[in-house]
Amino acid sequence: MPFKTVFSTEIQHLSILNEHGKFDAKLGKDVIPDQDLITLYEQMTLCRHLDEIAFKLQRSGRMGTYPQNMGQEATSLGAAYALEKTDWLVPCYRENCGLFYRGLPMEYILLHWMGDERGNAIPRELYMTPLAIPIGTQMLHATGLAWAAKYRGEKQIACTFFGDGATSEGDFHEAANFAANLDIPVIFFCQNNFWAISVPGKIQCSAPTLAQRGIAYGMECMQCDGNDIFAVVKTVRDAAAIARTKSRPVFIEAVTYRLGDHTTADDARRYRDQAEVDMWKQRDPILRVRALLKEKKLWNDSKEAALKERAEREITAAVARAENITPPERADFFNYMFAELNSDLRMQRDTMLTHSLGEDPSQIESPAAASSH
Amino acid sequence: MANLTLVQAINLALVQEMEKDDRVIILGEDVGPNGGVFRVTEGLHKRFGAARVVDSPLAESGIIGTSIGLAMAGLRPVPEIQFDGFLGPAYDQICSHAARMRTRTRGAFTVPLTIRIPVGGGIHAPELHSDSPEAIYAHTPGLKVVMPSSPYDAKGLLISAIRDPDPVMFFEPKRIYRAFREEVPEDEYTLPIGKARTVCEGDDLTIVSWGASVVQCMQAIEKSGKSIELIDLRTIYPFDMDAVEASVKKTGRCVIVHEAPKTCGFGAEIAARIMERCFLYLEAPVQRVTGFDTIMPYYKLELEYMPDTARIERAIADIGAY
Repeated sequence: MPFKTVFSTEIQHLSILNEHGKFDAKLGKDVIPDQDLITLYEQMTLCRHLDEIAFKLQRSGRMGTYPQNMGQEATSLGAAYALEKTDWLVPCYRENCGLFYRGLPMEYILLHWMGDERGNAIPRELYMTPLAIPIGTQMLHATGLAWAAKYRGEKQIACTFFGDGATSEGDFHEAANFAANLDIPVIFFCQNNFWAISVPGKIQCSAPTLAQRGIAYGMECMQCDGNDIFAVVKTVRDAAAIARTKSRPVFIEAVTYRLGDHTTADDARRYRDQAEVDMWKQRDPILRVRALLKEKKLWNDSKEAALKERAEREITAAVARAENITPPERADFFNYMFAELNSDLRMQRDTMLTHSLGEDPSQIESPAAASSH
Repeated sequence: MANLTLVQAINLALVQEMEKDDRVIILGEDVGPNGGVFRVTEGLHKRFGAARVVDSPLAESGIIGTSIGLAMAGLRPVPEIQFDGFLGPAYDQICSHAARMRTRTRGAFTVPLTIRIPVGGGIHAPELHSDSPEAIYAHTPGLKVVMPSSPYDAKGLLISAIRDPDPVMFFEPKRIYRAFREEVPEDEYTLPIGKARTVCEGDDLTIVSWGASVVQCMQAIEKSGKSIELIDLRTIYPFDMDAVEASVKKTGRCVIVHEAPKTCGFGAEIAARIMERCFLYLEAPVQRVTGFDTIMPYYKLELEYMPDTARIERAIADIGAY
């Protein structure tokens, strides 16, 4: 026989709690205990409320450009829940829910989008990296972070989040290739939300799934319903087990949808059909969990009302903390340039502080007298 | 004549060049039906179709690398990189290939390519959306670097860039995309790459600037009440040293203003050339008013970073009184 099959594969899609609220009890057994499910539901609701408030803050001029997370809460949250607290979370910029669950105070995210760099001063013990603004670059950092853990003989792994568009960047290829060939325990968590700003997924990938991109690197690939918190948790748990025990990377494609605009600077009505958005609103990750909780008699209207009140209270407080923070020192942006500020940068800093020109130190001591020569 | 913003003037230049020459195609992230994130390519997808206004995969190296191939095959691609801070992945293609192709093939291949990039701060944008990288590319032999400061200049310079036989970095100061309007002829016209514009004439002092800073310089000059000559470089490389020389020899004093960091900013090159050509005419040291050698701060502090009218006025006063 001149031809024989040397390789074939398939991608499996995992769904446990589907968009109609139907729960697969067999697959879903022991994935999330009831008490935790309530916590995760509350977390998603809080995050959604913050998202709505952030949008209003931007519209009323109290915050800069902001990327809404709406519709994608289950992806990063499921991952953060399934992973150990010491595993690295390496986000792009639509992972608020997972970051908050890990312990990032909400005002950090608000500060970041309010143009305040203190929002990036993430406590080291949270094991998360700051939001990555360029697309796809953080996947290499995740690979390095996980590599360091492997080097030190620790059981820590890394999970990096990115979108469908990021798989088009060269850095994705390089990260996947490094991780696979050097046996790095990193999870590549692709949140396929179908849109890279206005560009549809088919411009990023012509294959039937994004998940299969990982196959070419020789890593295990999984696809799950990204709006199904159970499916996300189980998928990440399985991936983490592979990463931790075999020191191998895993590629996850979580199928989700960006219900909002790309950012507040975008208007998605220009390029996508409302019918598509409406369809995905039915698949909202929060709605189906609430329905399940109600079905299990774990939730009712009074609990919902109490949660709404809590969300209002907590987010109002977070916004107040972000808005009431003392303004940054004027020269703050000099302070972290190097471990030690060199003399030229010190001169430039003093120049700025005194509105002088900095060529002549005497100007700095006495800026008012500087023009007499 | 139409009263246009800088965005509209660029859009008009693109329309006219695309109508005139079917070798001109546009590619980039969101440039298609969405018309680009700043709406510079608004309406072009509808007008010229998906084959000529191409939404590309999200990959800056890919956008520029394929544009090089398109250009080598004789087309005139006008790729857009969405923001200054996203030039990073494309750097290798721009500097290792676009800039060098003519030289390394002894002219057998050329890269007539115009890369459009919104640049600069002052619009409350997120991180990596406010940088001023013109000196990096001016320092790369084989690239032309253009930065208009007005709608009229933008149209004429962009048409010249598209028709130029070599790669052009076309930096668009996003702070003045819609800051003001100007009469722009409907008819096509070109402005020469490498020629400065004397914005206003004066005898006491010369200011050299480019991009959005030109607007601040005009305000500072007005406030100073002095007779100041303002030269808008318009193209950073090649640059019009003859115009700078003539002006500085006349005034004897020079202030250079740019938003990019000070060290190795393009002001350093201008200052050095003034030393070479005008040393004996100088009444005062050349003074620079620039951004600082820091990471461009997030927007809460961006105005502390940027050279504002007050700092320019200070330089005018100091150098004028020297």
